[in-house]
Amino acid sequence: MSLADAVLVCLWVGLTAYALLAGADFGAGAWDLVAGGAARGARQRDLIEHSIGPVWEANHVWLVFVLVVLWTGFPPAFAAIASTLYIPLTGVALGVIARGAAFAFRKNVEDLAQRRLYGAAFASSSVLTPFFLGTVAGAIASGRVPPGIAQGDVLGSWLNPTSLLAGVLAVGICGYLAAVYLCADATRAAQHDLADAFRRRALGAGLVIGAVALAGIAVLHADAPRLFAGLTGRALPVVVLSTVAGIASLGLLLGRRYRLSRITAALAVTAVLWAWALAQFPLLLVPTLSIDDAAAGRPTLQVMIIIMVVGAVLLVPSLGWLFWLFQQHPTGKASRTGH
Amino acid sequence: MTSLGFAQAAGPGDFVAARSQMAFSLGWHIIIACFGVGFPALVLFAEWRGIRTGEVAYRLLARRWARAMGVLFAVGAVSGTILSFEMGILWPGLMQRYGAVYGFPFALEGFAFFIEAIFLGIYLYGWDRLPPRVHLASGLPIVVAGVASAFFVVAANAWMNTPRGFRLVGGRVVDPDPWAAMFTPATGPETTHMILAAMMVTGFAAAAVYAVAMLRGRRDRYHQLGLLLPLTVAAVITPVQIVVGDWAARLVAADQPAKLAAMEGLYRTGAGVPIAIGGYYSGNTLHGALEIPYGLSLLVHLDPHGVVQGLDVVPVTLRPPVTLVHLAFDLMVGIGFALLALGGWLAWSWWRRRKMPATVWFLRAVAIAGVAATVAMEAGWVTTEVGRQPWIVYQLMTVREAINPAPGLRYGLYAVLVVYTLLTVATIAVLRRLARHPVPVAPQESDVEEYSVI
Repeated sequence: MSLADAVLVCLWVGLTAYALLAGADFGAGAWDLVAGGAARGARQRDLIEHSIGPVWEANHVWLVFVLVVLWTGFPPAFAAIASTLYIPLTGVALGVIARGAAFAFRKNVEDLAQRRLYGAAFASSSVLTPFFLGTVAGAIASGRVPPGIAQGDVLGSWLNPTSLLAGVLAVGICGYLAAVYLCADATRAAQHDLADAFRRRALGAGLVIGAVALAGIAVLHADAPRLFAGLTGRALPVVVLSTVAGIASLGLLLGRRYRLSRITAALAVTAVLWAWALAQFPLLLVPTLSIDDAAAGRPTLQVMIIIMVVGAVLLVPSLGWLFWLFQQHPTGKASRTGH
Repeated sequence: MTSLGFAQAAGPGDFVAARSQMAFSLGWHIIIACFGVGFPALVLFAEWRGIRTGEVAYRLLARRWARAMGVLFAVGAVSGTILSFEMGILWPGLMQRYGAVYGFPFALEGFAFFIEAIFLGIYLYGWDRLPPRVHLASGLPIVVAGVASAFFVVAANAWMNTPRGFRLVGGRVVDPDPWAAMFTPATGPETTHMILAAMMVTGFAAAAVYAVAMLRGRRDRYHQLGLLLPLTVAAVITPVQIVVGDWAARLVAADQPAKLAAMEGLYRTGAGVPIAIGGYYSGNTLHGALEIPYGLSLLVHLDPHGVVQGLDVVPVTLRPPVTLVHLAFDLMVGIGFALLALGGWLAWSWWRRRKMPATVWFLRAVAIAGVAATVAMEAGWVTTEVGRQPWIVYQLMTVREAINPAPGLRYGLYAVLVVYTLLTVATIAVLRRLARHPVPVAPQESDVEEYSVI
């Protein structure tokens, strides 16, 4: 494995963390949208707020991490992706703003009309942002981002069957992860009726993802033959792993084994991302730009590796404390006295 | 010097739109970012005093500030993220060529941002779960990481002013040296100037909130502390900031003489140059300025006959817009000295009478200082950014060469303006709501405990 590959692996770890953690935060926002009227949905919204409140900002930073590693480690790839896909990426950036700001604001207003307004902004941007991110992934995976600056079609690059498939899948995956995580959170808070509600949603979302993924096979076969060949060739074992883990998490949900279901669901999503990486390795931008061609000079890559090791030493225990603290009592004293 | 190349494809409207979008989103974010740098230390200090003395006013201040800090951090986190996107959406030419060189401080900033976000979550949501001293300690990484973030980001900006740490061979970067790129000649003064500016903005703005409340008749200890604590911090920093500013300007004179000439509205290179205050620049002359003889030569060289380079040696197409840079610079310096005077007033009164000046004019001045410090900080950014024009990387790449030539970039600006208009209205509304949440005349233990920080 070259130095460039190692940096890319770190980037992909960051992307995976973003999908698993921030993805679930987006999904929770999407469930907020369909939680029902102000009175009926209040408890669901409270659970969502308490689950994502302490962690969403830290989870969000993974996106910034991915961006800075991409532009420092692989500047030509970053320039090509950002310039060609500037429309969906602007959508992502604005969606991130609307989601985060509205979530923070909603906690600080009492008036019902304002809470509804911020809630609507929070929830709708929680759907749009992963959709745009999915279209970006689809554009890159289907080889629609040529190297160079703004060399791709600014519309067709992300408005195409593969991008739309990836966008819909991204929204579905976020929703599924969130519902599964929330089942466990609700059970720990002894809110079993809420756990049942999110279990139903998780099962529904899981079935929808399964159906979309099945249809996706035909879409990729027709629209992105290279990606299809990679996924059914070298990456096939990982694709199979993802499928098995996904089905297992559905089975565990049926049996109300929420903690195990959470792990298998995360494994399924992780496997999707790594299957994609494996399918197009060693290309960064299909079909021409390789990882090594896109990589920054050796001194830069070395420094990147060093700071990622040092950074991990600082981050892992810090993140561990954060998640441990708020997994202990998802609705602790702060929530009872909150107003 | 490199060719203009692909940038020709971007229409003039898109070029103006891209610059406006960057200026607007950065100028917006920087205000909120100041609180990320300066506020955590204030909140922790209030919390520490509260733990030490048990005084209710400090403890309530800490909680209320923490709540505002939570809102500001959330808005800052998301309004900062769009800047990362814009680096590639708007300026792919810059990132393609130089990302490997000056991306490094951004990567470090990413880690600092992580630490801030993680410990802010722990600090805010752990307020009533952790023992007081552990809780206090959990806030320290936020202070350190906030200052570190500012250092890293401004170090990247300093690199654009004094690019180092690479060689160019046939238009391609070779031998990138990320450490050399992070510590360029401009890094020291620029980062120090901005970190102090952030603390001044936070201090004066927080004090202004309490000055307004006191003008409305709330003169109790809670409000006095709320005014004095941040104001003292800001007032102590102000004279230091003026010295740092002088250091920064000297280095601009050495490394970016065209920028200094624009800041001073100086056309003709010469010896014994005066300082010109105010006025407007047209036809290679500064009109209507107040002049202090030999002032500029003295400031730059400590010698009344020192030679200062003017814009006459800079090709016409490579000159920044002079009037804007000159007036922005004067505005920043003028406000800086006004804030120094305000701090001096407070110090004099404290020295003579052990209390702050009793007149309402002092409270009015503090209320205005909150806005003024913010305006000065923005004027400083206008000075350094517009003063670097037409370069994005000084003397190596123009802004035009860096822009994304994809069609339709201006619609991005429109979308950003709409979203930011809503964001501005909502942020102000929520912060006002937090500020107006009534403070009991004589706060009790129960008032502290019932005020939730999240």
